[in-house]
Amino acid sequence: MADPIQWARYRWQRLISTEGGEGSSSSSSSNKCYQSSKTSGKHRIVIPCLGHFKEEYEKVSKLYMNNKIRTTKYTLLNFLPRNLFEQFHRVANLYFLFLVVLNWVPLVEAFQKEITMLPLIAVLTIIAVKDGLEDYSKYKMDKRINNLLTKVYSRKEKKYIDECWKNVNVGDFIRLSRNEIIPADMVLLYSSDPDGICYIETAGLDGETNLKQRQVVRGYSEQVSEIDPEKFSSRIECESPNNDLTRFRGFVEHSNKDRVGLSKENLLLRGCTVRNTEAVVGIVVYAGHETKAMLNNSGPHYKRSKLERKVNTDILWCVLLLILMCLTGAIGHGIWLSRYSEIPFFNIPEPDGKLISPTLAGFNMFWTMIILLQVLIPVSLYVSIEIVKLGQIYLIQNDIDFYHEKTDSTVQCRALNIAEDLGQIQYIFSDKTGTLTENKMVFRRCSIAGQEYCHEENAKRLESYQEVNSEDEDSADRQCGSSTHMSEWHGHNCSAVNEPLNRKSLHQLSGSYPAPGREDRAGDVPHSGHFAFSSPIETDVVPDTQLLEKFNQISSHSCQQSEEASSNLSLETMYITDFFLALAICNTVVVSVPNQPRKKMRLSSLGRTPIKSLEEIRQMFQRFSVWRLSSSPLPSVKESSSESPSSFVSKLSIFRMKLASPALDGAVQGAAEPLNTDSPENSPVPQELDIVNAAVGCEHNSAASSFELSPLPKLCYEAESPDEAALVHAARAYKCILQSRTPDQVTVDFAGLGSLTFQLLHILPFDSVRKRMSVVVRHPVSNSVVVYTKGADSVMMDLLRTASEGTNNSEMEQKKIKERTQKHLDDYARRGLRTLCVAKKVLSDAEYAEWLNHHFLAETSIDNREVLLLESAIRLETELTLLGATGIEDRLQEGVPDTIQALRKAGIKIWMLTGDKRETAVNIAYACKLLEPDDRIFTLKSQSRDACALVMSKILEGIQKNTSAKKKPSQKLGNVFASPSTQAPGFSAGLVIDGRTLEHVLHDSLQNIFLELTEKCRAVVCCRATPLQKSVLVRLVRNKLKAMTLAVGDGANDVSMIQVADTGVGISGQEGMQAVMASDFAISQFRHLRKLLLVHGHWCYTRLTNMVLYFFYKNVAYVNLLFWYQFFCGFSGTSMTDYWILILFNLLFTSVPPIIYGVLDKDVPAEILMQLPQLYMMSQKSVAYLPSTFWMTLLDAFYQSLVCFFVPYFTYYGSDIDIFSFGNPINTAALFIILFHLLIECKSVTWIHTVVIIGSILFYFVFTLAFGATFKTRNQPSNSYWIMEKHMTDPVFYLVCILTTCVALLPRYLLRVLQGTLFMSPVVRAKHLDRLTPEEQKEAIKRWKDDFIVNGRVEFQATSGSSTFCSS
Amino acid sequence: RYSSFSRRQELDTLTKVHNPLIGTKTHPSRCPDNSAFKQQKLPAWKPQLTPATVLPSFFLTGAFCLAMGVCLILSANSVREIQFDYSDKCSDCSKLRENSSNWNKECHCSVNFTLKEDILGDVFMYYGLQNFYQNHRRYVISRSDAQLLGRNVNKSYCAPFTTYHNGTPMAPCGAIANSMFNDTIDLFYNLNSSAIQVPVLKTGNSWWTDKNVKFRNPKSYNLSSAFAGTARPPYWHKPVYLLDKEDERNNGYVNEDLIIWMRVSAFATFRNLYRRVKRIRQFADGLPAGNYTFRISYNFPVTKFKGRKHVILSTVAWSGGSNPFLGIAYVVSGTAATLTGFVITAIHLKLRKKKTFFQK
Repeated sequence: MADPIQWARYRWQRLISTEGGEGSSSSSSSNKCYQSSKTSGKHRIVIPCLGHFKEEYEKVSKLYMNNKIRTTKYTLLNFLPRNLFEQFHRVANLYFLFLVVLNWVPLVEAFQKEITMLPLIAVLTIIAVKDGLEDYSKYKMDKRINNLLTKVYSRKEKKYIDECWKNVNVGDFIRLSRNEIIPADMVLLYSSDPDGICYIETAGLDGETNLKQRQVVRGYSEQVSEIDPEKFSSRIECESPNNDLTRFRGFVEHSNKDRVGLSKENLLLRGCTVRNTEAVVGIVVYAGHETKAMLNNSGPHYKRSKLERKVNTDILWCVLLLILMCLTGAIGHGIWLSRYSEIPFFNIPEPDGKLISPTLAGFNMFWTMIILLQVLIPVSLYVSIEIVKLGQIYLIQNDIDFYHEKTDSTVQCRALNIAEDLGQIQYIFSDKTGTLTENKMVFRRCSIAGQEYCHEENAKRLESYQEVNSEDEDSADRQCGSSTHMSEWHGHNCSAVNEPLNRKSLHQLSGSYPAPGREDRAGDVPHSGHFAFSSPIETDVVPDTQLLEKFNQISSHSCQQSEEASSNLSLETMYITDFFLALAICNTVVVSVPNQPRKKMRLSSLGRTPIKSLEEIRQMFQRFSVWRLSSSPLPSVKESSSESPSSFVSKLSIFRMKLASPALDGAVQGAAEPLNTDSPENSPVPQELDIVNAAVGCEHNSAASSFELSPLPKLCYEAESPDEAALVHAARAYKCILQSRTPDQVTVDFAGLGSLTFQLLHILPFDSVRKRMSVVVRHPVSNSVVVYTKGADSVMMDLLRTASEGTNNSEMEQKKIKERTQKHLDDYARRGLRTLCVAKKVLSDAEYAEWLNHHFLAETSIDNREVLLLESAIRLETELTLLGATGIEDRLQEGVPDTIQALRKAGIKIWMLTGDKRETAVNIAYACKLLEPDDRIFTLKSQSRDACALVMSKILEGIQKNTSAKKKPSQKLGNVFASPSTQAPGFSAGLVIDGRTLEHVLHDSLQNIFLELTEKCRAVVCCRATPLQKSVLVRLVRNKLKAMTLAVGDGANDVSMIQVADTGVGISGQEGMQAVMASDFAISQFRHLRKLLLVHGHWCYTRLTNMVLYFFYKNVAYVNLLFWYQFFCGFSGTSMTDYWILILFNLLFTSVPPIIYGVLDKDVPAEILMQLPQLYMMSQKSVAYLPSTFWMTLLDAFYQSLVCFFVPYFTYYGSDIDIFSFGNPINTAALFIILFHLLIECKSVTWIHTVVIIGSILFYFVFTLAFGATFKTRNQPSNSYWIMEKHMTDPVFYLVCILTTCVALLPRYLLRVLQGTLFMSPVVRAKHLDRLTPEEQKEAIKRWKDDFIVNGRVEFQATSGSSTFCSS
Repeated sequence: RYSSFSRRQELDTLTKVHNPLIGTKTHPSRCPDNSAFKQQKLPAWKPQLTPATVLPSFFLTGAFCLAMGVCLILSANSVREIQFDYSDKCSDCSKLRENSSNWNKECHCSVNFTLKEDILGDVFMYYGLQNFYQNHRRYVISRSDAQLLGRNVNKSYCAPFTTYHNGTPMAPCGAIANSMFNDTIDLFYNLNSSAIQVPVLKTGNSWWTDKNVKFRNPKSYNLSSAFAGTARPPYWHKPVYLLDKEDERNNGYVNEDLIIWMRVSAFATFRNLYRRVKRIRQFADGLPAGNYTFRISYNFPVTKFKGRKHVILSTVAWSGGSNPFLGIAYVVSGTAATLTGFVITAIHLKLRKKKTFFQK
C-alpha cells in the first residue's frame, strides 16, 4: 500500500530536483519531455557515459535517479510545516486546535488565550521532537551510506577511482572486490571467476546467509580479460524500476543488433555482498531509490489494536458526557440569568449596555464550558499511550529470554502499537515447517528400487544429539553475551564435520591451502553470520548397514571386474548408484571449504599447486587420460573437460550395467567400452578413499566402526533449501561426495570409483506449481543426456513411465518398484517425514536437441518467459524412471509441545495450516501435542461442495451427541476424580482438512457451518493449504467470529496470513526474512511465543488497560471539580483554580506516574504466569476492561470529585474565603487523591514509582509556592499570589486535604481489600502465590492447577459455548 | 523489504569490511543486558491487601479521624458568633436604593441588640452578602492588577468599566471595584443611656502581602495628584484617593476595604472582614455583655439581585470560624473507618476458620 505512494513521492522529488539542476536550456527541456514519456513507459535504456554514447547518455540518463538516497521524511526547511501538517491529521490534535480557536472568540472565551494553546503546543512539541529524532537518526544513517566508497570507472582518468555511493549514476561501471557491498543494482558484466559466476550474500536484503550465484551476461563470460568499459558498445534495455526482487527482465543489444536476454541471474542487487569472487564489474541499471532494495523498503506499519478501538469508543462516551455537562451548564446559566430582571452588579453588561438574552447567554456558555471542561476528553491519553507502548516494546525487546544465541537474534517488535493485542489472542494460526519444526532437515530413511533402508543407527544418533544439543543450548543461554563463546560455537559448527584424523588427507586433497590457523580464520574472513544448514545433526548421517554393504559390493564388483553378476543385483546396484548421484547432483547446492569460508571449492586449483608427490603425478596422469577421453565423440564434452581438468576415474563397471537398459543407445556403449580396460591397480583414486575401501573390504561386518574412521573431506554445503542440504549430506555419507559445482559442471567423488564430472546442461529450478526440480546433465561415462528429477511424490508418481503395452520384464519390475515405493512413502508420511521421490530419465541426443530448441526460445523471450519456461520444464519431465524415495525428518523445535500445551491451557485455539501432505501434518500435530492420542479425529475430504456440507453436518451431529452424552457423567465425576486427564471436558475432537476440501469449505454457503464445526474441535489441521487459503481462513475467523487472531510463520508462503491476522508473528528462521518483514513481531523460536503471549501479552494488556482506565478516571475526577463549582457560580464558567495550575496539573504534575505505571506495573510475576497459563484467560476475555469496569471507574471518579469538592465547600461555606484560596485545597487534595489512587492500583511499587510519585508531589508544591511568590500580575486575572504560602501556615488546609483524601479513597481501597480477601480473582490469587516460599509455591500451583481444571474449565466451557456465533 | 533492521545489518557488515582489525572480535551481540530493570525484576514492594496488612490502616485512620473530629468540634464550639440581617430591618433605606436615581441620597438606619454574655478575645466584625455572585466568571476577571499596582494600564479585562465616554480612565477600573461594598457600619455600646462608639481597627484586616505587595498607589508627591486624570468608577460616591481621609496609608489603592473587596469571594453567600474591635479600655477583653447598636449608612443596593446584607460579630479559633462541618465530618469518617475495620475483622476471622487463601 505504502509503496506506490512512496514511489510517487520520489518521482515527484526527482522531477523537482532535475528541474533545478538542468537550468534553463530549452533544448534539454524538450528532451526531458520526450524522455519522461519514455521512462514512464515499460522499459528503461541504460547506456554508459562513454565512447560513442556520450551524447545519447545525456539524453537518457539524466532522468534516472542517482544513487543518493534520502529516507528521511523531512528536511531542515520543511520540518515544521510538514510535521504540523501531518500532526493535524489526528483527530485529537484537531480537537485541541478547535479549542484554541474557540478561545479566541471573545464571547465564549474561558481562559487566557495563550493558556489554551499550552496543551496543544506541548503535545505537538513532544511528537515533533520524537519525529525529529527518528528522522535525524535516519538522516545520519543515510549520510553514512551515501558516503561509502566504491570504485567507479572514470572517463577522464581511464581507470576505476574511489567515489561515494551517492555519486554513482545509472550507466556507471563499477568494480567490486570480494566482501564489498553492492552500491546499486547492476548487471554483471565480468567476474574474475573463470566461469563467469559471482557469489553474493543477500543477508542485508533478506537475511539469508547462504550464497547465491549470479552469472555474467551471456556472451561476456567467455572473455578472459577484464572488460574494458571504453569498448563497451552495447545498450541495455530493461524494465522500469519495480520492487519485485525475484524478477528482472531485459536484454543487452550489441552494436550488431544481437540481443542477449537478461534475467535476475545477471543482476546484482544493492545491499548484497560479493563473496568468494575476487573482482566483478557491472553496469549500474537502477540506482538510489530506484533499486529494488529501496523500493521494497516500506518501513514500519501501523495497526490499531483492539484495546485502542475500545478506548476510542469510550472516548466517544466521554464526549457525550462532556456535551451533557456543557448542556447542563448552558441551561443552568440560562435559568440563572432569567431570575434577574435587571442587570446585577456582578453581571457585566455588553458594550451597548444591554444584557443579552438568557437563551443566547446559555448558548455562549455551552462553548465556554467546552473550553473549561476540555480536559474531560483525555487527549493526553494518546500521547501517554504512545509513550507507554514504546516503553513496553523496549522492555519486550530487552527480555533476555527471547535471546537465541545460535542466530544471535532476539525478539523484534516491528509494529510499535499492538503489544497489548498479544494479551488477547484467541486463535493462533501456525505454519508447520520452520515454525513448529526446526526446518533443519535430517535424512532419516530412504527407499531405493522398492527396497527400504531404515537407518537405525542414524535414528539412534539423532536421539543422542537431541540431548547434547539441548544441553548445549542451556549452557549457551547461560553464557549469553560473551562473543568469544559464540565464535567458539562457530568453530565447533564446522569442525564437527571433520574428525581430526582426516585433516591431513584433506590438505592433500585441497593442496593449495595453508594450515588453517585460528587467527587466520578470524583475521581475513569477515564474520558473516552463520553457516546455513550445517549443524552437525544434519551433516552427520550414519549410513545404513545394509545399504552400505550393497555399496561395498559395487566397489568389490568393480575391483574384481565381475561382469557376470546377477542381473537382479546389478539392476539394483545401478539404481543405488543413480539414486545417490541424483541426490548429489539434482540440487543447487554451493560447495565451499569451511576453514576458508565462502571460498569456493574448486578442483581446478589443484592445477596450480606444485607437484610434490607420487600421488600428484598419478593424478596428472589421470588428468591426461581424461583429456584423451574427452577428445572422443562429442565436442561439448571436450570443451567442458578441457576447461576444468579433474581427476576422473574411468573404469566403472556399474555404468555398463546401465547400458543394458533399453533407453541407451549402443554408440555410447562403444564409447564407454575402452574405459574398462584400465586395471584396478592403476586406479588413481585419492589415497584416503583407498584407505576407506580397504577398510570396508576387510571389515564388512563392522561397517559402522569403519565409518568412524572414514575421512570425509571438509566441505561446506550451502543450499537454498534445507532439504537439499540434507540430501547432499546423505549422499556424502555414502561416499558419493559432491565436490564442486560450477554453472557448467558438477563434480562428484563417487565412493571407490573416483571423481565423475558431469557436464551440467540445465537446471530446471523448483517451483510450487511443478513441485519438483530437475537437472539435465551429460553423463561422463555413458555420454548420454540424463535428467534427474526430484520432487513431491504426489506429482512424481504421475510422471513415471507407465507400462502401457508390451508388459516386458523390466516394466513389470518398474511397476512393482513403484507400488512398493508408494507403500514406503505412505509409511514415511505416517511417521511425519517429508517425502521426496527421485527419478531419472535418459534422453537421446535427438530428443534433447528437440527439447533444447523449444527451451531456448522460452529462455530468450522477454514477456512471458516464466510461463514458457514452465511449459518447457513440464515437457521434459515425463516418462521418468523411479529410482527411489527419501524420508527426511523435520525435527520439532525445542519446547514446541510444551508451548502448545501451555497456549491451549491459556484458552487459545491453535490451528495448523501447512502445505505438507495430510499424513505428515497429522503426525507432526500429534508430536507437538496439538492432537492428543485420545482425540477423535474427523477428516474432511470431499470432492464436491454438497458432499462437504453433508459430511460437516454429520460430524457436528456426532459431536453434539457425544458432548451431551458425556457431559452428564463428567459433571458427576468431576468431584470424584481430580485428575485432569480423566476430566477432559466432554470429549475432544480434532479436525483435519485438506486443501482441495478447504476450497469448498471456504465458499460463502459453507462458512458458517464450518466455523461452527471448528469451534467444537480442539484443534484444526489444514494440510495442502496454499498461501491464499491460509490468509482466507485467518480472515474468516477474524471477521466472522470476531476473534483475535495471531498468525505465526517463517516463510514467504506465510506472509499473506501474517498480514491478515490481527497480530502477525514471524519466525526468523532459515527461509529468509519475508515473513519477518511482514510481521509485527519476529521471534527466533516458536517456544518464545509462550512467554511473548503469556507473560508480555498479559502484562502489556493489563498495564495498558489499567493505565487507560486510570486516565479516564483522572480526567473525569479532576474536571468534575470544576463542574461542581459551576453550580455555585451561576454556571458562569469560573474556575476556582488558577488557569496555569489547572492546565499544568494534567501536563506536569500527574502525567509521569501513570506512564511509569503503564510501563512497569507487574500484577503477577513472570514465573507464575508461565506456570499458570490459565491466567491468560483473564486478559483474553478483557476482564480488566469490561464496559462495566469503565462505568465503575467513572462512577468512582464522580464520587471522588464530589468528595473532593464538597468537603472543602462545606468547610469554607459562609466564610470569607476567596475564590482561589478555596480552589487551592481542592486542587491539592485532588493531587493527593489522584496519586494515591494510583498507588492503590499499583500491584508492585518499585523505587521508580516512589521517586516519581514523591517527585510529582514535591514538584507541585514547589511550583505552586514559586508561582504564588512571583507572579503578582502576570497571570492576571486569576491571581493566586501568595495563596499557597498562606495556606501552608493554616492547619485547616492540612485537615481539609487529609480528610478529603481519606474519604475519597476509602471506597476504592475497601473494594481492593474485599477483592483481596473475599472475592479473589485468579490474578489476585496468583499474586498471593508470589509471597510463598518456593516449595509452598510449587505445592500451591500444583493444587491450583487441578483445582482450576475442575472449576475453571467448566466455566470456560460455558463461556465459550455461549460466545456468540454472530455470523450470517 | 529493506527496513531499518536490514539497514542495521548492512551497516554492521560495512563496519566490518572497513575495519578488518575490529573484525569478528567486537561483533556486537544482540543479547540484551541482564539488568534488573530491563528484565523487569526490580525489587518491588507488592502491597498485599490482606486483612493483616489492611486492618491496622483502618483502625489507625479511624482513631486519628475521631480524635481530630473531637478537637475540631470543641474548637468550633468555642467560637462566639452573632449575625444580623439588616436588609429587612432597614427596609426604608432598601426601598430608597431600589430606585437608582436616588443613588447619592444619604440613608441611615440602626440595629439594636443585646449581648447576654461577654464575647471574650478578639472580636471581628464582618459584613455579609447573600446571593451576590462575586464569583461570576466575567465579574472575576473584570479588574486590572497592574493598575492596582500603580502602573499605567492600556490593556485590561476591565471593559466596560475601563474609561468613560470622554476617555477618562476609571481608577480603579473594572466591575469588581465599581461594585464595591460602600455601607459604613459603626458599633455603639449603650452604657447607661450613653452610647460609646466601640473602637475598631480599619487596618491590618487584609493579607499582609496584599497590602504591601499587590496593591500600590501610583508614585507622586500626594495622592490626589497621583490620581489626577482619572475618575471614580460610576457607582462610587467619592474618588479613590478619598476612601480614607484620615489615614494616608489606608487611602487610594491600598485602602483595606478596597483590598478586601477586590479579593473576590468563592461563593455567592459570603462575608468579608470589615473591622476588628480594638482591645482598649472596657473592650480590652472583648465585647462586654450589654446593649449595642449598629449605626449603618445604607448605600449598597441588594434588592436588585434579591440579596441580603448581614453584619456579623465573631471570634475566631485556630480552626477558623464557627462552622462545625469539618469536625463532624472527621467524626463521621472516623466512625466509618473504625466500623469497616470491625467488619473486615469479622470477615477475616470467619474466613480464617474456613480456609486459606489459595484454596478458594
